[in-house]
Amino acid sequence: MYRYDDHDRAIVAQRVAQFRDQTRRFLAGELSEDEFRPLRLQNGLYIQRHAPMYRIAVPYGLLASRQLRKLAGIVRKYDRGYGHFSTRTNLQLNWPKLADVPEIYAELASVEMHSIQTSGNDIRNITTDHFAGVAPDELVDPRPYAEILRQWSTFHPEFAYLPRKFKIALNAAAEDRTVLRIHDIGIEFVKSAEGELGLRFYAGGGMGRTPILAPVIREFVPWRHMLTYCTAILRVYNRHGRRDNIWKARIKILVKSLGVEEFARRVEEEWADLQESPDVITDAELARVARHFAPPAYETLPASDTSHARHVETNRAFARWVERNVHAHRVPGYAAVTLSLKKPGVPPGDITGDQMDIVADLADRYSFGELRVSHEQNLVLADVRIRDLFAVWQAAKAAGLATPTVGLLTNIISCPGGDFCSLANAKSIPVAAAIQDRFDDLDYLHDIGELDLNISGCMNSCGHHHVGHIGILGVDKNGSEWYQVSIGGRQGKAAALGQVIGPSFAAAEMPDVIEKLIDTYLALRHADERFVDTVDRVGLAPFKARVYGDARELARAA
Amino acid sequence: MPHDLVIRDRAVAPDPWHYVGVASAEELGQPLPEGPVAVPLDHWLAHGPELAGRAGPVGVWLKPDDEPTRLAGHLDGLALIAVHFPKFTDGRGYSIATLLRRRLGWRGELRAFGDVGRDQLFYLARVGFDAFRLADHRDPRSALASFDDFSVRYQGSVDDPIPLFRKRAAANPEARYG
Repeated sequence: MYRYDDHDRAIVAQRVAQFRDQTRRFLAGELSEDEFRPLRLQNGLYIQRHAPMYRIAVPYGLLASRQLRKLAGIVRKYDRGYGHFSTRTNLQLNWPKLADVPEIYAELASVEMHSIQTSGNDIRNITTDHFAGVAPDELVDPRPYAEILRQWSTFHPEFAYLPRKFKIALNAAAEDRTVLRIHDIGIEFVKSAEGELGLRFYAGGGMGRTPILAPVIREFVPWRHMLTYCTAILRVYNRHGRRDNIWKARIKILVKSLGVEEFARRVEEEWADLQESPDVITDAELARVARHFAPPAYETLPASDTSHARHVETNRAFARWVERNVHAHRVPGYAAVTLSLKKPGVPPGDITGDQMDIVADLADRYSFGELRVSHEQNLVLADVRIRDLFAVWQAAKAAGLATPTVGLLTNIISCPGGDFCSLANAKSIPVAAAIQDRFDDLDYLHDIGELDLNISGCMNSCGHHHVGHIGILGVDKNGSEWYQVSIGGRQGKAAALGQVIGPSFAAAEMPDVIEKLIDTYLALRHADERFVDTVDRVGLAPFKARVYGDARELARAA
Repeated sequence: MPHDLVIRDRAVAPDPWHYVGVASAEELGQPLPEGPVAVPLDHWLAHGPELAGRAGPVGVWLKPDDEPTRLAGHLDGLALIAVHFPKFTDGRGYSIATLLRRRLGWRGELRAFGDVGRDQLFYLARVGFDAFRLADHRDPRSALASFDDFSVRYQGSVDDPIPLFRKRAAANPEARYG
């Protein structure tokens, strides 16, 4: 993974010093709350319901074991012994003290980490495929490009005070595991007819009140121009994005109001001026950064392993875990493993400091000392020998990290919700827990098959409910918490936004509602048809009818 | 406490400029005050030749939604371009400055004024501002240190167009990459 040189270290150390001084001035009354707010947000610090919330960047989801051990120490020393991995692959602390945050920041810097631009109206953490570098279906390893983007976007002076937050994702694989088109900029690696590597640029995606899948702005940008083309897009947005209404300030609204063609034309106009820019990436720079992501020392192994095969045959629970939580690897004899943070009864994405230590040990022992955070709020050991899978499973199981439900209904993606977040309209975690509780039979879950269930506690959509096969959104009605349900959303190359099925429900009704949706699907599905495919084929009507009962009940509910 | 101070060349000096029409457009209907005056973009484009004959220096100031490229061909006679920040969180001025310096080639004084504080100075200086009129309640003297908040910059900008990656390569020409 990328290792800091003296320059990178200096930048982070100076940022810590700057923020320490800003915090001191705020606590001394020299900075007002309004003045301090944007500064603390640019360092990932929110003031939340119970305490500050501090968001630590995990650039493109990649962590070293020594970094995870540091995080374990931090959650024990400064928090209540656990943290929460978000859908942006960052780690959130829910209970730090404001005065401690500069200290935490300094501890992060000691392991080449930071919380720069994890919030605020700036360019946020860059995300990419959690199987980057090991996926069999990838064109190139996107991580060097993500690191180049990280450096470019860090303290970019022109784009530090954008109209709103700005999220960039990269995907280099045939299957999209990044939910690329819900980002402000989505960059997809492509090859031209001549075999030249380039980037297809999407812009103006987002969730929130106006969910939009980003349209293509340019089919092919030479890879060397990744930064210049981003500059052109951001300049158009910085100058013309709306600043009068926070709900209309994302780039998606600008792209929509100008129209894709006009927006693209303006970007081209800016870009024309940047063709000779020193920001054009050099071969030497790509090579320098790519060296940090060179493949580890893989052994030459047979594609299959007899002891592993025997365990799969004889151990049903292990076989189920392999089916759901083990993923193909481009190198024979290796596999990628999802360590689930979706244990029933534990908020999705939550992990204790002790579990972090265990995962760090597993990474050291079985996966070259590295791991990844996925946008689905799980952890990934990307380079495990197939013959070690059984041992990894046993260790993960003992630590509560082997819930075999990746891709299934109870692998719920959820924001922290109203229990923690001051923006939320409604709680997310108790709803997730009630659903996980209802669907606790693993055989039944596997029979239901692939199903993404996403929960957001408010329209900010941190739980990505718009792209869940089933999406749940917390809404506020006259001061009480209600839940709106949508179905038919999906991530991946065929990304789609879900449609609301009707009036919202009380929290206590949610397990029943989900069960009725599942019953409807099971009654209607064709062989090997996923829930979302059945929704596509038959439409919303049968689901609505089952959930809301007969027409009279429907009318009453409305 | 209100002040009449400006930071120029990283030093604090009295600010003799009058920014006409910021508080109220009606000011423009009255005779201009003595001394250096900065007028709004539209006013400069409409009355530039008359203003050029005036005794004191003349400048222009831009609102965040002004189109800076309208100044192309109208830079002669200007002693100052100022960019107004009604709120420090309104970042349009950073792109305006970049365009004035890079696309229009403005080499004269470029000043940020309005709701400007020390925590913005580093970024403002990077995009080409060389003078800073801080908000009235901000002490410009204690702000000077913030120009040195960072000694390293990853990306190119107006103050230094060469990104760090090109410098890394230049500093280490022997390195064998890949």
